Amino acid sequence: MSEIIQRLEAKRAAARQGGGQQRINTQHGKGKLSARERIELLFDEGSFEEWDMFVEHRCEDFGMGETRIPGDGVVTGYGTINGRPMFIYSQDFTVFGGSLSESHAKKILKIMEKAIQVGAPVIGLNDSGGARIQEGVASLGGYADIFLQNALTSGVVPQISMVMGPCAGGAVYSPAMTDFIFMVKDTSYMFVTGPDVVKTVTHETVTQEQLGGAMTHAAKSGVADGAFENDVEALLQLRRFIDFLPLNNKEKPPIVPCVDSPDRDDASLDTLIPDNPNKPYDIKELILKVVDEGDFFEIGEHFAKNMIIGFGRMEGQTVGIVANQPMVLAGCLDIDSSRKAARFVRFCDCFNIPIITFVDVPGFLPGTNQEFNGIIKEGAKLLFAYAEATVPKITVITRKAYGGAYDVMSSKHLRGDVNFAWPTAEIAVMGAKGAVEIIFRADIGDKKKIAERTKEYEERFANPFRAANYGFIDDVIMPHGTRRRICRSLAMLKTKDLKNPWKKHDNIPL
Amino acid sequence: MFKKILIANRGEIACRVIKTCRKMGIKTVAVYSDADKEAMHVQMADEAVHIGESQAAKSYLLIDRIVKACKDTGAEAVHPGYGFLSENRAFQEALAKAKIIFIGPDAHAIQAMGDKIESKKLASKAKVSTVPGFMGVIKDVAHAKKIAKEVGYPVMMKASAGGGGKGMRIARNESEVQEGFERSQAEAKSSFGDDRMFIEKYIEQPRHVEIQVIADRHGNTLYLNERECSIQRRHQKVIEEAPSPFLDAKTRKAMGEQAVALAKAVKYVSAGTVEFIVDTKRNFYFLEMNTRLQVEHPVTELITGLDLVELMIRIANNEKLPFKQKDVKINGWALESRVYAEDPYRNFLPSTGRLVRYIPPAENKNVRVDTGVQEGGEISVFYDPMIAKLCSWGKTRKEATAHMRKALDSYYIRGVSHNIPFLASVLGKKKFVDGQLSTNFIAEEYPNGFSDRDLPAAEPEPLLAVAALVHHAYVRRAAAISGQIPRHGRKVPSDWVMAIDTHADGEKEFPVTVTPDHDAIENGGGIASGAIKIGKKIIKVSSDWIFTTPLFVGEVAGEFMTIQIERRGVGYRLSHAGSQIDVVVYTVREAELARLMPHKPPPDLSKFLLSPMPGLLVSLAVKEGQEVKAGETLAIVEAMKMQNVLKAERDGVVKKIYGEAGASLAVDEMILEFC
Repeated sequence: MSEIIQRLEAKRAAARQGGGQQRINTQHGKGKLSARERIELLFDEGSFEEWDMFVEHRCEDFGMGETRIPGDGVVTGYGTINGRPMFIYSQDFTVFGGSLSESHAKKILKIMEKAIQVGAPVIGLNDSGGARIQEGVASLGGYADIFLQNALTSGVVPQISMVMGPCAGGAVYSPAMTDFIFMVKDTSYMFVTGPDVVKTVTHETVTQEQLGGAMTHAAKSGVADGAFENDVEALLQLRRFIDFLPLNNKEKPPIVPCVDSPDRDDASLDTLIPDNPNKPYDIKELILKVVDEGDFFEIGEHFAKNMIIGFGRMEGQTVGIVANQPMVLAGCLDIDSSRKAARFVRFCDCFNIPIITFVDVPGFLPGTNQEFNGIIKEGAKLLFAYAEATVPKITVITRKAYGGAYDVMSSKHLRGDVNFAWPTAEIAVMGAKGAVEIIFRADIGDKKKIAERTKEYEERFANPFRAANYGFIDDVIMPHGTRRRICRSLAMLKTKDLKNPWKKHDNIPL
Repeated sequence: MFKKILIANRGEIACRVIKTCRKMGIKTVAVYSDADKEAMHVQMADEAVHIGESQAAKSYLLIDRIVKACKDTGAEAVHPGYGFLSENRAFQEALAKAKIIFIGPDAHAIQAMGDKIESKKLASKAKVSTVPGFMGVIKDVAHAKKIAKEVGYPVMMKASAGGGGKGMRIARNESEVQEGFERSQAEAKSSFGDDRMFIEKYIEQPRHVEIQVIADRHGNTLYLNERECSIQRRHQKVIEEAPSPFLDAKTRKAMGEQAVALAKAVKYVSAGTVEFIVDTKRNFYFLEMNTRLQVEHPVTELITGLDLVELMIRIANNEKLPFKQKDVKINGWALESRVYAEDPYRNFLPSTGRLVRYIPPAENKNVRVDTGVQEGGEISVFYDPMIAKLCSWGKTRKEATAHMRKALDSYYIRGVSHNIPFLASVLGKKKFVDGQLSTNFIAEEYPNGFSDRDLPAAEPEPLLAVAALVHHAYVRRAAAISGQIPRHGRKVPSDWVMAIDTHADGEKEFPVTVTPDHDAIENGGGIASGAIKIGKKIIKVSSDWIFTTPLFVGEVAGEFMTIQIERRGVGYRLSHAGSQIDVVVYTVREAELARLMPHKPPPDLSKFLLSPMPGLLVSLAVKEGQEVKAGETLAIVEAMKMQNVLKAERDGVVKKIYGEAGASLAVDEMILEFC
């Protein structure tokens, strides 16, 4: 018996070595951790249960029959993060460069299917050279099977991708279909075609980092939702991030014990809005002063900075925050910011996370660039996302809420549950100057008259009371009491029950 | 007594005057500019009158507006505070004409003492000892060189109408006179509208000691002992104290009597200050007389028990001083630290912006905070960037210092940079502790400016213990999240490794074992008490810190400590005694793996000349393609009325110029790039 046990231990030890110590050292030399080390960091100590450690590929072509390595380039299984169950696959670059074979794909599919059944998130740690070329179409089939499973899993349990090495070609589309993509600076990249092909086809010279590095996707393309300094920081931050998410679409968001009082007033918010309507202020200050303990996990902080999104907690429970940022492009809506917020709103709605929207928006960004690139449909995504969302929606207008952008930003008309305005709010079709120039076009030459008219328009519309008269605003609140008012609203909305009409699915303007 | 007083000032001094008025049952009127609409002094006053735009020249310096505000509100008297119109003759005349009482000295005394040359002549006449120098007005650089040679180097070049260090420069040789004279003159012109200059002997290792005098209209002129203000940076006072650790009773008396003689010579009324330079042999020389309430007056109040503002008001109301010279005592020791919105790590450049978080230390019999701002307030570009005056009192100098250090530790400011780390560092210097002060203190103790290397973080263990315990509390709390599989929760380890980022030397590791008190765990995990083993040491920590508090106040290894603690990403930043450490608390395995991570050096910014502060790009001294040598002037940036010369740090060639003269610059905005 002991001999059998020893043999198992030896087999396990060999499997745990992946591609061998030398390759692990090479991985370390690149500043990267091995697949198993990454899982160790992400999961609670000793909680990881590995499956399919002994799975091997079944390819005989091109001499592959001679080299089989147990695990076949991916470590899969489940474990816990702060006691909550999670499924994971972690690609092992030391085994065939982490390339995806039929067997490799099957391992991933196995945990994804189980994740749906038990209702636990799927985390993918990507570090793969791409398809197992020796396997040909079997490998491509493996990818497609995963893509399908990603689509089926979407909206059932959260799917999170952490790209920690290469992820190129077709491989990018699995992370692309998950809810969030994070990347590691300097050691990860994602692109559909690499620099060599780019050079041949378009004659552009570009490095891997420039084409698809972490900051490229975090700041330029918006593909990545965050970029971290190294593997350790990335995984520790991922632990923090996961704590905000519910395990599945039937669960309420998790609650963490909280000592921050729901009644905490903050007098300094009364001076947040500058006197000059054209002077920017940092909306992040408001977010940090409203959420529990100032703990806010921002998503996509380097991309479309005119819109801030992220997770916080109110009375211990997760909320999604969407806010216009007046510091960047005056907080206007444009293609990137609409897209960024729309996807986030839909994620929150999928997973029962209440949405708090802070509004200071002067309108949509004008220009040919925006129009030619389809701001009409891109902006409609955010409008659609807010409209269809049935989770609790609380809106606070701090300053400007002009024109169509007012409608978009979780307005009463889109089934906002509680819509507040600060006394500094201006809810109007447009700014006073522009409005007067249209209504009183005949007087444009007469500066004095225009000034009078502008003043008149300001008095009538540069405040929240017109909107409050119509009931579009439920109450005009003091800035210092914002947290208290939101906490109360959320508490009231805990039992909210709202369903959209039956449909196969909607047809959001993609 | 007056029924209503208008305060022709802003910020902390306006608030401080209002406090005394309230105590005396006098109604107050504040005046304010556009920028100060929401300011604290406006909120504290019974009434407030808007007097103009943000620039002082268009509001606080407009005599007509202030006089009108008095008339409109029925204020019978005006307290001018310090600065602005406090020593302005035209203001006094306008008030007199409107039959409004000026709370301060009479116009003739202000005029006599306001001019540095005139005042020195008067002092000589009153047998007050003065510094050797040239009493006339200097015509030009050539003249300045000639006089400097006669007086003997080193010399001090000063603006006649000067104050606050503006238009003031030391020259140790002829070329420094050449270089500095005209710039001082230009500064004097732009700051005071008066470019008259004078030169005097510069005294080495001098101490700045000043005598507070007070006089009524009934012939009583008293001295309220001294303040030592030797800790100065670029002639701006930083830390003041009373009494001076250097004076003996004999010198004190002699200085006090000379100060009184001078005050009497100009028929001085109200509170005033006679400034002296004291050399290493306790010889003292008259410097100037300030005919107003001084910024640092609280230290005198703390050791004498007097309220100088109240006395000024009573004197203005023609009352007699209610005590005699023999009644003036020195009770204990008082210190004042000037808390400025400036960045000590960037050569003290002024910082402006919103006070996102502002929690001053609690006031009690040992701590006094004279502040004019509150959380959510603004440190504006238009005025002096002083945030507050933090004062402490103790029976002895040592006690007062201990109270000051504790108060600095708990002073919580976010949103603007501040000099608290620097103040704490000064208090920790041996020479300060020993009372060995001179106006060269800062230049000598910080020859290369101030950096985080100057901070006394030699023993980081107490800070590490606190970070370990706080982290442990956060980990325990995170492990209490809802939705867990019952009985499969995270087992929180007790062994950890703390990694400090030492910047220069990479990361330093400390293995620790955390044993939180049982009670602390049961109380929701937020309460941080327990024992932390670091190496062989066991450090006991007990405090009632919870997750929401930015300050960790408690006992660490038997010592009472206040530590500011902030979560930053996966780690923490702790600040204490002016030092700051960034620490990440890893599990043992995390630490092992973290060691494998590559060290990424921060991006090289040395190729760029960045604007060190928000300001105006006055001029560029170089062109694209030009070769420059280290030390050569590249550009001049003006901020807070000071012209800051940006010099090349090394040899190089200018590749590209981004800014143009006249442009306004944000902090860290690129001005030019080297090849």
